[in-house]
Amino acid sequence: MLDAKIPAGPLDDKWTEYKGHCKLVNPANKRKIEIIIVGTGLAGASAAASLGEMGYKVKAFCFQDSPRRAHSIAAQGGINAAKNYQNDGDSVFRLFYDTIKGGDYRSREGNVHRLAEVSANIIDQCVAQGVPFAREYGGLLSNRSFGGTQVQRTFYAAGQTGQQLLIGAYQALERQIALGNVKMYNRHEMLEVVKIEGKTQGIIARDLITGKLERHFGNAVLLCTGGYGNVFYLSTNAMGSNVTAAWKAHKAGAYFGNPCYTQIHPTCIPVSGDHQSKLTLMSESLRNDGRIWVPKQKGDTRKPNEIPEEERDYYLERRYPAFGNLVPRDVASRAAKERCDEGYGVGSSKQAVYLDFAAAIIRYGKIEAGKHGSENPSAEEVRHHGVDVVKEKYGNLFDMYEKITGEDPYEIPMRIYPAVHYTMGGLWVDYELMTNVKGLYCLGEANFSDHGANRLGASALMQGLADGYFVIPYTVGNYLADEIYSKPVATDHPAFADAEKAVSDRINKLMGIQGKTSVETFHKRLGKIMWEKCGMARNAKGLQEAITEIQELKKAFWSDVRIPGGTDEFNPELDKAGRVADFIELGELMCIDALQRNESCGGHFREEYQTPEGEALRDDANYMYVSAWEYRNEHEWELHKEPLVYDVIKPTARNYK
Amino acid sequence: MEHYTMNLTLKVWRQKNQNDKGRFETYKVSDISSEMSFLEMFDVLNERLIHEGADPIAFDHDCREGICGMCSMYIDGKPHGPWQQNTTCQLHMRAFKDGDTITVEPWRAKAFPVIKDLVTDRTAFDRIIQAGGFISVNTGNAVDANSLPIDKHKADEAFAAAACIGCGACVAACKNSSALLFVGAKISHLALLPQGEPERKTRVMDMITQMDKEGFGACTSTGACEATCPKGISITNIARLNKEYLMAGLTADQ
Ligand SMILES: Cc1cc2nc3c(=O)[nH]c(=O)nc-3n(C[C@H](O)[C@H](O)[C@H](O)COP(=O)(O)OP(=O)(O)OC[C@H]3O[C@@H](n4cnc5c(N)ncnc54)[C@H](O)[C@@H]3O)c2cc1C
Ligand code: SF4
Ligand code: FES
Repeated sequence: MLDAKIPAGPLDDKWTEYKGHCKLVNPANKRKIEIIIVGTGLAGASAAASLGEMGYKVKAFCFQDSPRRAHSIAAQGGINAAKNYQNDGDSVFRLFYDTIKGGDYRSREGNVHRLAEVSANIIDQCVAQGVPFAREYGGLLSNRSFGGTQVQRTFYAAGQTGQQLLIGAYQALERQIALGNVKMYNRHEMLEVVKIEGKTQGIIARDLITGKLERHFGNAVLLCTGGYGNVFYLSTNAMGSNVTAAWKAHKAGAYFGNPCYTQIHPTCIPVSGDHQSKLTLMSESLRNDGRIWVPKQKGDTRKPNEIPEEERDYYLERRYPAFGNLVPRDVASRAAKERCDEGYGVGSSKQAVYLDFAAAIIRYGKIEAGKHGSENPSAEEVRHHGVDVVKEKYGNLFDMYEKITGEDPYEIPMRIYPAVHYTMGGLWVDYELMTNVKGLYCLGEANFSDHGANRLGASALMQGLADGYFVIPYTVGNYLADEIYSKPVATDHPAFADAEKAVSDRINKLMGIQGKTSVETFHKRLGKIMWEKCGMARNAKGLQEAITEIQELKKAFWSDVRIPGGTDEFNPELDKAGRVADFIELGELMCIDALQRNESCGGHFREEYQTPEGEALRDDANYMYVSAWEYRNEHEWELHKEPLVYDVIKPTARNYK
Repeated sequence: MEHYTMNLTLKVWRQKNQNDKGRFETYKVSDISSEMSFLEMFDVLNERLIHEGADPIAFDHDCREGICGMCSMYIDGKPHGPWQQNTTCQLHMRAFKDGDTITVEPWRAKAFPVIKDLVTDRTAFDRIIQAGGFISVNTGNAVDANSLPIDKHKADEAFAAAACIGCGACVAACKNSSALLFVGAKISHLALLPQGEPERKTRVMDMITQMDKEGFGACTSTGACEATCPKGISITNIARLNKEYLMAGLTADQ
């Protein structure tokens, strides 16, 4: 039976009670305890810095050349916190409520409430570190809105919030490295978990420059390795983002939670051709000011600026008047797909809709002109001021758009289409962020914990930093307090030798195939199956087909992949091959999970389960649980269900109308 | 936007590892779409090399949207190529025309040794940050974020400096391989904020000492760094650094 270890007592007091009663490790003992942290994005860097400060001996790993390059760096729009600085009625409860509702009632009350509680501390911590958030003229912090909420609680640094937060955490981490509390291993990839008598005792990592395998002991291992959106080949994730660390943990016994919950982000730059290697997000913050529309006429070939106002369908404002362009991501994505499937799409591929700033430019322009004392400003003057305001808010995103498409979004509406962006699923963890394997923790996007079936915008950064700065420092101590009695395991222990041998056998097997097809080709094929059959809309027949196709793909991969170069050298193709091999196995599990969930909820939309208006139809009576999958054998998993209990919130149909 | 395809000649630096001497190799690529990114063009070439049983060209990249600072190609004599305020990964093929020959090299600087082909070791930047590029505040020590209002202009200026992506193009562009734009950006970011005040003097001294130790050259104010920086980091940050350094030196307790 899965025990989520949610503390007893009223929701508001759970975390306080926990903190008041969890076990502590005294300073002298902390120095003897080693913690391995895999991943140095927001979750990993914040955890490594905090645990280093506390006096633990930390070893941190990342596959990039520096911790500052983790995928978190790319986050654009912002980070949520229940500060209520705008005095617009925000509170811890409201952030908690919005997150549960946004997640379509598929997350744990206890976890989400804790997240909302610590959210405010995150902003304080980041400001103290020198994170230059956007400010008002009075010198106080500025906020904007994100989807799925009616308050302004998102803190931001232009369109580079992730960058600024990560630089803050990175600098805190570098400080601990300088002090000798953290030892950093760049360009290293973790490839196996080492377990002894059911307890996690270390990892096997590969030095990506020399190809050498290394054994590292740790009293606890924290996986902070990010999301697995690249299983779809094309996504907004960085090229290197992968599931390997989580997958190795899964095969070593850790359950995988809700693998099928994927977030498709509504506003990304559309695919331009077969050469496409990744997709670029246009931040959700743009929906604060941009209006989404398609022509009212099917197959309209006119240029957007030639289509008069009355011939445009602002379909989100039409369908969801209360939230308009700021409906949650899953809702916005499906609505775009629906319009394009019906033949209203725009651009050469017809797989795009417009995101238009013309109205915002005029609105802001008038206000600014007024501030400049201009009572009857000319259209040009208004436009000029308006463009300036929009530039200040979103300049870097507009530049990015222009570099990619060659079109000027100040003049012509952006063309956008949904793309894979985030994975709510991940390793199953309990309230303490421990997987079901003792001593093995999972933080950040890599775990399944807080976002249910759909994540709200600006909440991933919040969760990553909450986990790393404010949750794990308490919860890991609760476990390590007992670890002080066990001696460190020498890395010549047979368990280390066996784990290392398994890794090296697998590498040799991959290198020995010497087939004809590149890793990239297999990855693309997997992506196509996943996008078509386990993407924005799914159905039982498609999922069954996908499972068979993926199994065939796996066979083909292991008999025909071609990896150039050698094992003992810098060899990115080999690194990629290992990751794609894991993605193939994960893809199968995602389809199995999507197939067993006979309902639509959040990002998981099963075509068989929808209302007559095309809205997602949940089945709370039968599916109000977390699916936690245990790996058994090749193609064989066992489903464990963690029931979700709602004590405070009453689940209802999500309504953004 | 009109799209077109092109045939190109690439002269690419190949170097097996740090000890190898390295040389240029020439490759022809055809049917390259103007809509591709520069790195996607390399993907196409690498796919072909793999197919032919040759060794693909190693290059660093990750986000492919101009923010992680990983990509680092020296293209036709310019770090990150011909476009202004742009990273290699954001460079698109419409910058080139049919028949062009493009020369691609790694960053060249003593402090950035080549690992393989176009991949270099830039960990020297991390060590400079370790020397002082931070504010010493432990988790849990912070006061309410709005208890300390900060002049918006200063905050904006700090942000502009903090936008540095640590790519090292400034070093690659400089004939002396100076890292002063990178260091100046960090000094400015932290010196402009009241939170950075307590460690202002030691920070600049320590970071400069580390920078020298890593083998970066001296600044002779050619401005090549600013002209090449993908994030528009201003050379005024170097002036601020010099001021901070001077001040720290004058008032240091001996
Ligand atoms: C384009 C984009 C924009 C976004 N914008 C926002 C936003 O505005 N607001 C918001 O809240 N969220 C946003 N998100 C989501 C958010 O950025 C991520 O969910 C979050 O940053 C993930 O952080 P993380 O620390 O969990 O993982 P990551 O930052 O992905 O870090 C993973 C780390 O693990 C390491 N790693 C992985 N595997 C291994 C291995 N096997 N061995 C060693 N190291 C390994 C990597 O090197 C890296 O250091 C955005 C996401 C994208 C793609
Ligand atoms: S200053 Fe500019 S060129 Fe230099 S590392 Fe920073 S972003 Fe790159
Ligand atoms: S790949 Fe990230 S900046 Fe170019």
